[in-house]
Amino acid sequence: MEFFDRFAVPHPSPAIYASMVAISLTALAVIAGLTHFKKWGYLWREWLTTVDHKRIGIMYLISALLMLFRGGVDAIMLRAQLATPDAKLLDAQHYNEIFTTHGVVMILFMAMPFIMALMNFVVPLQIGARDVAFPRLNALSFWLFFMGAMLFNISFVVGGSPDAGWTSYFPLAGNDFSTSVGTNYYMIAIQIAGIGTLMTGINFMTTILKMRAPGMTMMKMPMFTWSSLVANLIIVFAFPVLTVALAMGTMDRLFGTNFFTTDNGGMDMLWANLFWVWGHPEVYILILPAFGIYSEIISTFARRNLYGYKSMVYSMVVIAAYSFLVWAHHFFTMGQGALTNSIFSITTMAIAVPTGVKIFNWLFTLYKGKIEFTTPMLYAILFIPLFTLGGVTGVMLAMSAADYQYHNTMFLVAHFHNVIIPGVVFAMLAGLTYYWPKMFGFMLNEKIGKWTAWLLSIGFILAFMPMYITGLDGQARRMYTYSESTGFGPLNMVSFIGAAIMGIGFILIVYNIYYSTRYASRDISADPWDARTLEWATHTPVPEYNFAAVPQADSIEPLWDAKKKGHVLFKDKFEKIHMPNNSGMPFIIGCIFFAWGFSFVFGLWVPLIITTIGIFVTMALRSFEKDHGHYISVEKIEETETKLRGAK
Amino acid sequence: MKELFPAKQVMGFVFSLILTAVALIVYFMDMSFAAGMTILLVTAFIQAGLQLVVFMHAGETEDKGAIYTNIYYGVAMALITILGTLLCMIWGYI
Repeated sequence: MEFFDRFAVPHPSPAIYASMVAISLTALAVIAGLTHFKKWGYLWREWLTTVDHKRIGIMYLISALLMLFRGGVDAIMLRAQLATPDAKLLDAQHYNEIFTTHGVVMILFMAMPFIMALMNFVVPLQIGARDVAFPRLNALSFWLFFMGAMLFNISFVVGGSPDAGWTSYFPLAGNDFSTSVGTNYYMIAIQIAGIGTLMTGINFMTTILKMRAPGMTMMKMPMFTWSSLVANLIIVFAFPVLTVALAMGTMDRLFGTNFFTTDNGGMDMLWANLFWVWGHPEVYILILPAFGIYSEIISTFARRNLYGYKSMVYSMVVIAAYSFLVWAHHFFTMGQGALTNSIFSITTMAIAVPTGVKIFNWLFTLYKGKIEFTTPMLYAILFIPLFTLGGVTGVMLAMSAADYQYHNTMFLVAHFHNVIIPGVVFAMLAGLTYYWPKMFGFMLNEKIGKWTAWLLSIGFILAFMPMYITGLDGQARRMYTYSESTGFGPLNMVSFIGAAIMGIGFILIVYNIYYSTRYASRDISADPWDARTLEWATHTPVPEYNFAAVPQADSIEPLWDAKKKGHVLFKDKFEKIHMPNNSGMPFIIGCIFFAWGFSFVFGLWVPLIITTIGIFVTMALRSFEKDHGHYISVEKIEETETKLRGAK
Repeated sequence: MKELFPAKQVMGFVFSLILTAVALIVYFMDMSFAAGMTILLVTAFIQAGLQLVVFMHAGETEDKGAIYTNIYYGVAMALITILGTLLCMIWGYI
């Protein structure tokens, strides 16, 4: 039995046992359901082996929504614990585990896949391509992300959750202070998902640089494509740092090296340094595609072309460069001198300039526009003031001398939620609503959608504005309880109420999906929002090959030109289309990586060696495989096109 | 016949062997840490550049611009990361 002791949760509670039962029951229900409805073959052929960017996008979307709820439940538990002074809902250890999980899940397993979902679905359509540059690599990226996320998520029922914060600073994250396997899970699960993200970065850069429709020069790319290109560029340069840092951390924990220890020549703060060399660009990897989504939405619903296209592009390129120059502002209090801190203060304040340019461009786009308040537009309008507030508090935090007051308090927590929720989360929900008809062939209910947007905004304000005040009053971040005499009680109760309202907002999203699936009209056009770019120029549902003939783009909004100025989008006749074949290999490699990660976490060396060999064998098999894809014949295309065109 | 002989690649191969030999000197000769590191770093970067240009054909397609922009950007980011880290952890650390 001694062997199995390591898999026990070191700090159990009834809630964890209940989760174990719930997870087992859900898994059984899924397996039983798939067997009963005879869907295994369908699942394997249509989803697990797919290399179609649209389906991979939808799988990312489902994972992101699931993780949003996992992280959301964590958030509600944290706020409930802090709602009253001296609360006993969670003990210190569980509180630590929950805020660590909340952070990692929300950033890496919710926001990242949500962005990947929209990028996968939209970018190839927007540039008039048939798929991404490396379709099978794209599937592998997804499965690595998914297996990394699942490995991280089983930690709380097998072996114990990580508890050193989402930043996992050493020496706290070292073996001396984090004795459970939790931090091993952190190191290895993020490593696996991170390799997947790095592959996506290379894949999408190549796609955008090489596969644009004829006539679409770099300066005629739609704004979301531009923002994706810049975000993927940052991924390619930032993620290797994370890979190396995680590998060093893993070696410290499992092989007794001394990279981040406090003795034998180790430098514990080097972890913080490397983490933020990746971590700050990561923030921009999240926010730039969000900016791209807002640009598309604002331009569509203000019925105007985007104001200052060139300045939008240049500001993003400048942000991409600056994002690598500011990381030390995360640890101003670490002990560097005034000169170092001043340098990073100035670069940090400077990055507000290109961001401000973008805000003004959106405002000028809205100015004299015929604004239509649809749900996506409502999110975009709510985003501008709320995000600006977050940006302004960011400049406050950027002042290194003043930062000694804010550092590690609730003020900081309020700030980054203030940029991430209206910035990234609202953009993703707006993008979800905006692209939903293209993905699924019906629109989400507008009334419920607007209720959701308002509830989320009100909940957000109630939840996070009080934290600015308690933070300035000295409520420390990650403190699991406080005494009544501190006076933090009432404001934290307001925060909890705000979090609960946001929770209702998120439940409304699920209800909206359910309601619209049942009742929404399927009789919608391929361009229900009267939009401007190429993704709306093909049919709904989008055929496997995206465009029957390659579209021609002569400006940043080819579809608008086609509608208003008589631009001819499809000049060519149909020709046979070359498409990639499906493959089970990415899924199998993903599964082997999961087993590899699990063995690594628990130091099970024999299975680790076997799975490592397995990974190389699958890669070798791929190298010797001859797969030239398949062709779709002209007759088949005409048949599909006639069917999709309907009775017209 | 001249067009068929890959003179550039053969020269590149010989040069990369020389660079490897120079790097090996560090192991066999007794020199200071600073001198050894300098030799290793310089030969490593020339070697990497050689691989990119000669054997990975960085400048031979119409993507030349995009490829070199990415390489220069990567080098700039690497330098910023390393110098910035030194600034935070050693030079500027009190």
